[in-house]
Amino acid sequence: MIGSSRDVDFFNLDELLRPEEKMARDAVRAFVSREVLPQIEQHFAHETFDRGLVAQMADLGIFGANLHGYGCAGMNNIAYGLIMQELEAADSGLRSFASVQSALAMYAIYSSGSEEQKQRYLPEMARGKLIGCFGLTEPDHGSDPGGMETRARRDGRGWVLNGVKRWITNGSIADLAIVWAKVEEGVTGFIVERGTPGFATSDIHGKFSMRASITSELVFEDVRVDEAHHLPNARGLRAPLSCLTQARYGIAWGAIGAARTCYLCALDYVKSRKQFSRPLAGYQMVQRKLVNMLTEITKAQMICLRLGQLKDAGTMRPEQVSFAKRNNVNAALKIARTARDMLGANGIVNEYPIIRHMLNLETVNTYEGTFDVQTLILGRDITGENAFD
Amino acid sequence: MKILVPVKRVPDPATTIRVAPDGAGIATDNVKWVINPFDEIAIEEALRIKEKQGQGEVVLIAVGQQSWQEQLRTGLAMGADRAILVRSDAPLDPLAIARVIAKVAENEKPELIIIGKQAIDDDSNQVGQMIAEMLGWPQATFASKIELNGDRCSVVREVDGGLATVAFPLPAVVTTDLRLNEPRYASLPGIMKARKKPLNEIAVDSLGVDLTPKLKIKVLKTPEKRQAGRKLGSVQELVAALHNEAKVI
Repeated sequence: MIGSSRDVDFFNLDELLRPEEKMARDAVRAFVSREVLPQIEQHFAHETFDRGLVAQMADLGIFGANLHGYGCAGMNNIAYGLIMQELEAADSGLRSFASVQSALAMYAIYSSGSEEQKQRYLPEMARGKLIGCFGLTEPDHGSDPGGMETRARRDGRGWVLNGVKRWITNGSIADLAIVWAKVEEGVTGFIVERGTPGFATSDIHGKFSMRASITSELVFEDVRVDEAHHLPNARGLRAPLSCLTQARYGIAWGAIGAARTCYLCALDYVKSRKQFSRPLAGYQMVQRKLVNMLTEITKAQMICLRLGQLKDAGTMRPEQVSFAKRNNVNAALKIARTARDMLGANGIVNEYPIIRHMLNLETVNTYEGTFDVQTLILGRDITGENAFD
Repeated sequence: MKILVPVKRVPDPATTIRVAPDGAGIATDNVKWVINPFDEIAIEEALRIKEKQGQGEVVLIAVGQQSWQEQLRTGLAMGADRAILVRSDAPLDPLAIARVIAKVAENEKPELIIIGKQAIDDDSNQVGQMIAEMLGWPQATFASKIELNGDRCSVVREVDGGLATVAFPLPAVVTTDLRLNEPRYASLPGIMKARKKPLNEIAVDSLGVDLTPKLKIKVLKTPEKRQAGRKLGSVQELVAALHNEAKVI
């Protein structure tokens, strides 16, 4: 329960938030502390996702919270970011569920779908009645999605899909998959519903990270879909990449939540644990670690707040999201590792939330564009030289 | 049924409270403010009654500064219909607060006032009782169950050593205890809707009630830090210490 309702706000950034932004954050924080924190260690230990939380998150209005119309809450992006922060303060897997549902699956339909597709799917997804997943990554193509091998060919008035997608969050519990495939003209997207003949899923086990979240493989063998399941406005790799920008935005905020939980837990621990003559908090090396953690959390908060302002103004560049994702997740990962170290042996048991966050953040540092890929995006932006190939 | 729910703004229970340098109050910098948890239970109960009856109105009232709007908006986001902020920049005694709420209740004519049994900041536990007295209405304090039947109300109260059930006619004042219900979260669509719900401001001076302070905080002090205990080797030593040092035996 550590850190359930406490905040880290060294620069009184709260004063810069609108009432509805604070209310959204506080509502999700209360939900997480009452419904998620008491159970989360058990779900992580047993590699289960708590499906009961889906309806509760839907009742709160979390899914697609920053989308407008179609039964979505229509909140601004700072409120959305704060929601992601509070979810990830509990567990990165929980935030992943919400990210995939909202920023990847719903956003793909919202931005590239036809009006009929939006009417048909988005309200049900906002209500949590339909769960979505997002199939872009393949077994042999992670950082280079352009190399994807999944193909779609025209067949009469419909399409036939073949290929494999891997590392897909929510894959086996999803009612629909947004699937990206190559056609003659380039990359485009499809909505493949569960139960479509030739579409099968299996879960990836043995994970040491994101254990309270489902990760799957999707297999498509001559899967026939009609034109009504093709995203008409998804033309080229830009379509899925624009979804990734949305997801990275939420991740940049979410990482602050995980870092905050680790920092507050370590702070409490070193204040109460005595070694030699005094509490650990009284030693210079420990204080230096705490100060570094606080500094990194505060910087991450400031980056996100400004990023949210830019996104709300419609002037945010994808490179700025890469900057925030790269910095904040990496900072959170380092904070988690440091906190783990500060708790000594107690840092490796699930009596404290730290090791779970630390393991989760290894995934967060990798997915939706690795730390190194974000570096290349930023490097290209400031030099004009493309170092990807 | 129209239900009036008075709401107080208090520091978040998770906030570390520090005494202000002048000793007359608490340091308010970096304090997170929330609805008094007992009042939140009162809002939830009012909403449940409205939902069960399928009609009615839940009106929130707060007596405080401009910033208290935040807590009223949170209550509106939970589902209340409208809110009244009686603006008073100076802090008021429980007696003055009760007078203000009773005065507004005379105009609003609710059939029920539900209010937290106490606020978690000063723990006065007075306002609900005083409102009932001023209005001449029945009151039931420390409610753990409220049942309405026509114009009568039955309340299960938590009292020392058990539960007491009281029944009385409406209008009435009920104060809530912890176990009455578990308040809902404000949903995100609810938060967006709350922005457009009416929140009227009234200047406290316009009500013509006596606000003269009767209480004065002389000094606030942080409790003394507890000293670590001491281990003694034998019962004899313990008895000696209790006799000679603590002087309790």
